[in-house]
Amino acid sequence: MRVNPVREWVREQRCLSSTTLQPEQKPAAPGASLALSGLRKAFGDLIAVDGVNLEVLKGECFGLLGPNGAGKTTTIEICEGLTPPDAGAVKLLGLDWRKNANELRQRIGIQLQETQFPDKLTVEETLRLFRSFYRQGLSSEEAIRVAQLEEKRKSRVGTLSGGQKQRLAMACALVGDPELLFLDEPTTGLDPQARRHLWDLVDELKRAGRTIILTTHYMDEAERLCDRVAIMDHGKIIALGTVRELISSVGGEHIVEFAVRGDAIAVDVSRLTAIDGVRSHRVDAGFHQLAVTDLHTTVPPIFAELAAMNLELSEFRTHSATLEDVFVALTGRNLRDE
Amino acid sequence: MSSLQARFQTSSLFQLTLARFRLFLREPEAIFWTFLFPILLALGLGIAFRNRPADVLPVAATTPQLTQALAADKGLNAKTVDAAEGAHELAIGTIQLLAVQTSQGVTYRYDDTNPDARAARLLADRAVQAAAGRHDAIAAQNDLVHETGSRYIDFVIPGLLGMNLMGSAIWSLGFSIVEARQKKLLKRMVASPMPRWQYLAAFLLSRLLLLAIEVVVFLGFARLAFEVPFRGSLWQLAALCVLTSLALSSLGLLIASRAKTMEAASGLMNLAMMPMWVLSGIFFSASRFPAVIQPFVRALPLTAAIDALRGNMLQGMSLAELTAPVAILLAWLVIPFAIALKIFRWR
Repeated sequence: MRVNPVREWVREQRCLSSTTLQPEQKPAAPGASLALSGLRKAFGDLIAVDGVNLEVLKGECFGLLGPNGAGKTTTIEICEGLTPPDAGAVKLLGLDWRKNANELRQRIGIQLQETQFPDKLTVEETLRLFRSFYRQGLSSEEAIRVAQLEEKRKSRVGTLSGGQKQRLAMACALVGDPELLFLDEPTTGLDPQARRHLWDLVDELKRAGRTIILTTHYMDEAERLCDRVAIMDHGKIIALGTVRELISSVGGEHIVEFAVRGDAIAVDVSRLTAIDGVRSHRVDAGFHQLAVTDLHTTVPPIFAELAAMNLELSEFRTHSATLEDVFVALTGRNLRDE
Repeated sequence: MSSLQARFQTSSLFQLTLARFRLFLREPEAIFWTFLFPILLALGLGIAFRNRPADVLPVAATTPQLTQALAADKGLNAKTVDAAEGAHELAIGTIQLLAVQTSQGVTYRYDDTNPDARAARLLADRAVQAAAGRHDAIAAQNDLVHETGSRYIDFVIPGLLGMNLMGSAIWSLGFSIVEARQKKLLKRMVASPMPRWQYLAAFLLSRLLLLAIEVVVFLGFARLAFEVPFRGSLWQLAALCVLTSLALSSLGLLIASRAKTMEAASGLMNLAMMPMWVLSGIFFSASRFPAVIQPFVRALPLTAAIDALRGNMLQGMSLAELTAPVAILLAWLVIPFAIALKIFRWR
């Protein structure tokens, strides 16, 4: 029996007693939902994916992270069976696109980056259409409830806001009750409130135990949603792990940033990096950034050294290290520069 | 029963066809071009080329005696003018002919390239000669015939029907597919387990449903307003309409199979349809074109369609007598469809 987490969740929402539920059990098999090895894809001279190896476990929410053009979308479209790889192996749910394409399409859910559904169909009609492609799945009613589009059921797609359209795309991805869900940049172009709304939706899906693979170029999104992330750059995976592991790999849990008035060259960097607990230093857009292990033991000596150098501070601030800092540490570039 | 109905309603082919149908009905412009425009065109042409009772031709003469002689003919409306005024009226077209009294007899001033003026010349001369005492050598009687089926409107209705079938098939298919491709909807659809053939089949099914409405409305109008004849079998006429629509849909599919933008698709559609608008005999017979290009003209799907429709409606020909155009249409159905399936760009 297939696991049916969304339906289960919907049932919970409807406060049905658990005794009425059919005994549905997750298969104990720990096997990977997705396994990529030696994946390569080039478009002409451009190498979009350059030897990617990856495993995503069942029930995991996995984030593929990186700047625009890093190869995330190409990677995910290879996984979705939309693009054939030049080399390498793709296994989804233990199946292969070349042999089990129809079976796989029944069992995965897909949300593409820029799909525009027909403006003149209603939400309900669109979902009924997509539902008809699947052997089994949610009813269009359930999908509407999961995506919280109840009030828009009879509205035409053309009248929906960006966030509502994205939730409709999500509902279309869920309507076949997929075992594996691909979300390609689900919140790109949305306003902050709509983003948060979508994150809540992904949270619910995670709680229901669904395997989710999403791409994003927002570090905060990955931190908020993903159990594990892979950071991609120039077609390669340059870091892989939980958010906590990646952040601690930078060498400091916190980042101290400051700027000085006048000549920044007057800053003697060696005196700062000599402070116990300061792990690294770099300059970005006029700001000195120090990765430090502990704020309360490192900030006083940093102040003392700056005062000793006779520098006047124009800015001083600290933040907890983020995936953004990880990316900077690994590539020397900012994500937003891309 | 209800479970059968439910299975039908959850079938993907039904849902795809329903979606196509809805999308068409929710597009007011499409409804205008498909249903109203051909009717307006037929109405306009019907009025412009209606068979009027023979006109009374306006003429003038320079003397009252001549005017009297001319007025004796029921086909002429004569008045007396002086020479200068007559020349002016000839120039602006309010009279077709000016009869000028001269010392030798009568001079007729008229434009011999204008058929009405030539008719006025014949009538005027007959009236003047009769007034002068000429008698007919042979007694003649007129027996007037006004038969439907040989009028211009009868000729043009099958042409307009063919043109309309072409337009709706090519525009609706081409634009819908290219729009879906441009909006990445096509990509999303093929990423789902939807059988690809059903996506294309849904276009043809919704087209056939619309075709039934389109043809019945248009031909019904032609019948009621102009009493256009239907001399062949109505079932065979329906079969010809279906064949025409499918053959041109197949061409529309081919046009839409690669194009990535609406502009590109629009250009290709015009490129495909323009020769047929001009050459396929919508408004006048295609046989007027020079013999050199006749093989090309005959091979066009719209020429074959219009020939077959006219054969059925005006001459009452059966399908067995229309094998040549039907074979051409079948070829246009099969070949572009096969190519389109091979080269179709799904994303």
